[in-house]
Amino acid sequence: MLYWIIPVAVTVILVFFVVGIYNGLVRRRKEVDNAWAQIDVQLKRRCDLIPNLLETVKGYAAHEAGVLEKVTQARSAAMAARGTTEKIAAETSLGGALRSLMVQVEAYPELKANQNFLALQEELTSTENRIGFARQHYNDSATNYNTAIALFPAVIFAGMFGFRAAELWQITDAAEREVPKIKF
Amino acid sequence: MPERRTFRDLIAANKRNSVLLMLLMFAFFLVLGGVLGGAFLVPPDRLWEGVAAGLGVGGVAAAIFGLLGWYGGTGTLMAFHGARKIRKQDSPQLFNVVEEVAIAAGVPMPNVYIMDEAAPNAFATGTSPDNASVAVTTGLLEKLDRNELQGVIAHEIGHIRNFDIRYSMLMAMLAGGLVILSEVLLRASFFRSNRRSSSNRGGGNQLQLVLVLVGIVLAILAPIITAIIQLAMSRQREYLADASAVEFTRNPEGLAGALAKLGGDKTPMECSNATESMFIVSPKVGLRGGADDLFSTHPPIRERIKRLMALR
Repeated sequence: MLYWIIPVAVTVILVFFVVGIYNGLVRRRKEVDNAWAQIDVQLKRRCDLIPNLLETVKGYAAHEAGVLEKVTQARSAAMAARGTTEKIAAETSLGGALRSLMVQVEAYPELKANQNFLALQEELTSTENRIGFARQHYNDSATNYNTAIALFPAVIFAGMFGFRAAELWQITDAAEREVPKIKF
Repeated sequence: MPERRTFRDLIAANKRNSVLLMLLMFAFFLVLGGVLGGAFLVPPDRLWEGVAAGLGVGGVAAAIFGLLGWYGGTGTLMAFHGARKIRKQDSPQLFNVVEEVAIAAGVPMPNVYIMDEAAPNAFATGTSPDNASVAVTTGLLEKLDRNELQGVIAHEIGHIRNFDIRYSMLMAMLAGGLVILSEVLLRASFFRSNRRSSSNRGGGNQLQLVLVLVGIVLAILAPIITAIIQLAMSRQREYLADASAVEFTRNPEGLAGALAKLGGDKTPMECSNATESMFIVSPKVGLRGGADDLFSTHPPIRERIKRLMALR
């Protein structure tokens, strides 16, 4: 008799089932990793933008030296930061320093008429948006992934295959919550 | 129980509908080919040879048309609307906004096109998020501020992420193909009746006459059928793309402000029926009205703004 076929069929179905769950989790984790990499790309973009911005501002608003210095320091700290927690803190303070710089330069009409500065301002606005959106996308995909590994029956295999919950990028600084309103 | 569908379900449904639509297109080409072949290709006594030849021609035409649309659809649509592809230095702000929203949506950066057109409007097209394009008019760039532009682009990228672009590209192809085919059918039937009266071979196969009649009825019905399919899906998609825009930007005011400006704008714009449903607001100024018009491809703007503001 072919009774042996029943356990074999059940095993095959189970294997396919587990493989399906496993692949689904891998896909979601990959999305989380990609989203994290995107944040890094945008943070680097911001750091690359700063020297040009400072150079342009210096020409018009030399006696804002204190604010300029703060931005420079925050940038160095951000570039030197290692580890997620340190990095988040450094980048948050760089964002704050840049925001206060952009508020200070509101008082310089000649600067705001400078084409080069306007172009940089657009780049900075866009970069801040990108960082925000990249973080938002990271948090969304991390939440999706965290939910997926916590749901039954995936939760049985998640631990077995080493799927650990992803950490969300929480906003710690209250000022950071405010979307920078740069007027044109 | 209220229907609760995630964007994932929606995307799956869109892909499914796209396949159905392709099958429908193929079947329609076959039917038309058969009818045409039987009615006009051969003398009445060899009717079935004509039908068979027509089926073959219809099948080949459908395959060619489908491939051309799938691989050349974006180029054709852009050329049709006079859109040119831009690089970052041509319009840094537009380019930046598209890139930002693409990051928020987690899709690859689409190609960006500009149309020289005073009326503010925009559309997206392509076959998948990996191969997508966004086009905006120069009027849109002039009349909207950065936040509003971001809202409009987010709506378009919503169409891209939700795979609406694939569906609406096929829809535009179907609509365009049907317009061409119904023209051909009508012309052929006139030609046929002229030849018939002059040569007057008499007799005439009853079945062939029936096919001629079917051809004429199809020619008249085809545009109406397309319109009905288009309307069935189009309005719901607009609401969903609006909701996706808010999902990306978390800022309903941007898109709401843009819609208010677009709705209030009365600059006329040329557009064909085949592509009307692709735009963020209907290019036909008269159809943006307040009433929920049965024959409108878009929901009334007031209602869209109301739903947007309820998303907060």
